[in-house]
Amino acid sequence: LAPWVPVVGLEIHAQISSNSKLFSGSQVQFAAPPNSLVSFFDASLPGTLPVLNRRCVEAAVMTGLALNCSINKKSLFDRKHYFYADLPAGYQITQQRVPIAVNGSLSYSLCIDNKMSQMVTKTVRIKQIQLEQDSGKSLHDDTRSQTLVDLNRAGVGLMEVVMEPDMCCGEEAAAAVRELQLILQTLGSSQAVMAEGQLRVDANVSVHHPGEPYGVRTEVKNINSIRFLAKAVDYEIQRQIEELENGGTILNETRAFDSKLGCTVPMRDKEGKQDYRFMPEPNLPPLILYDAKSLPANMNHQQVINIDWIHERLPDLPSVKREKLVEQYGILPEHSFTLLNEEGLAEFFENVVKQTQMKPKKVIGWILQDLLSYLKQHSLTVKESPVSSFLLADLLNLLEKKEISSTAAKQVLAELWKGEGKTPLEIVKEQKLQLLQDQKELEQICQAVIDRQENE
Amino acid sequence: QRVSVEVLDHLEHLALVDFRDAEGVQRLQKAVQFADQLQEVNTDGIEPMDSVLEDRCLYLREDDVTEGNCTKELLENAREKVEEYFVAPPGNIPLPKLGERETFLQGS
Repeated sequence: LAPWVPVVGLEIHAQISSNSKLFSGSQVQFAAPPNSLVSFFDASLPGTLPVLNRRCVEAAVMTGLALNCSINKKSLFDRKHYFYADLPAGYQITQQRVPIAVNGSLSYSLCIDNKMSQMVTKTVRIKQIQLEQDSGKSLHDDTRSQTLVDLNRAGVGLMEVVMEPDMCCGEEAAAAVRELQLILQTLGSSQAVMAEGQLRVDANVSVHHPGEPYGVRTEVKNINSIRFLAKAVDYEIQRQIEELENGGTILNETRAFDSKLGCTVPMRDKEGKQDYRFMPEPNLPPLILYDAKSLPANMNHQQVINIDWIHERLPDLPSVKREKLVEQYGILPEHSFTLLNEEGLAEFFENVVKQTQMKPKKVIGWILQDLLSYLKQHSLTVKESPVSSFLLADLLNLLEKKEISSTAAKQVLAELWKGEGKTPLEIVKEQKLQLLQDQKELEQICQAVIDRQENE
Repeated sequence: QRVSVEVLDHLEHLALVDFRDAEGVQRLQKAVQFADQLQEVNTDGIEPMDSVLEDRCLYLREDDVTEGNCTKELLENAREKVEEYFVAPPGNIPLPKLGERETFLQGS
């Protein structure tokens, strides 16, 4: 049987972290009484007009720059038409023709064969980033055959990040999305928490034989976590391969991932190909961005977005942070990945290093093995750790000064987890874990043991 | 140049309108013919203009919360509501296919 080449592309919607919505002044907030965060514009009442939120544009520019994109100094808004109860206007304002950023790239890393020690770097091309509106939320009530609509989310700003089909499996897709998530969180342009719908991923999957043209692709939606993303993609690849090997065909359809069953199923409401009747948004002039060279002299600076100014203020991206950690502390690259993968862990590590004489290369073991495994076992975040960086540094100092053995240190740590407020030194004294340094005392003990042996 | 029944059916599906009668379809055909005159202009090498606003400045608003909190007003016009939610039918109800619905286009 000829080998199959799976092809995976991703469309990611990231909710912009802002106080108010993309085109209106109503508040952006996750949980709130239904329809309480809705302005007249969001409800699409006649006579309302969109007014662009500056913060949303800045967020998109930051993200574009972080993903090595070209920022389009002139981008346009369009209407994408379709009917759905949670889209009151009957269209979504998006950027279909000329989006704000294009042609970028994202580098991410994978472990080969599940061994942390062998990491490989891959790149996925970013086709574009566009600004668009989010829709409201539909709650389906099947018993009463109705849908309840909450427009709180309608109009919230989204950045759609389109990744080219450069990935080949669930693991790659998951790693790429994880890295994007870390970048967005570092920039602050999106909090990117998938569980709160701030990061939504749709996967485009197809398979073909090497040398042949790409196969028909399906779109997979309803993926609610990075873990499920890997599962959904891998399942769909398998499903398509099996279908084709059994002589079947792949339909160009939209499928939903069922996390309980671990499979994808056709989505009922998406019949045939949609015709979105794209047209320019007549109420919005082109969005013009400037850089240091093109900055107009006499404009009100609140009305001007300077790409170079934003570029200069970008924080260190995760990849740069990792390099710095490796360089500064002599830890391994895979260590830096784990440090950044856990919120607050890198800071914790650096704080311990600052407060102890123990070399960072030794400290890292305590952080990644002892601290992290304990936190994982008890489902705690770094913030919730009963052992502070101060306490851990204190303990490691005792070890470094050879006042206790490594085994004793682990015992003390186990006691510290209880969070009873005792210091490491107090625990050492309580449990008599001090290493005996006194030559005479040691001789006495050894002699006593030898004497006992002779008496038996 | 006539607009085909397939295109008319497609438009009815997309826009949820119906052309009602021969006069409605003729009006559409005349509108398409009128717009087709645009094709006579040579626009080679000219960038399309899609808005008379293209020279205007796009106003940027500060990211402040200035509206919302008017649930009662918004729900006033809703025919049906359930605990401050709008009520809608369960998902889209697509137009039945050409052969199965009452439409003027059937006879065409």
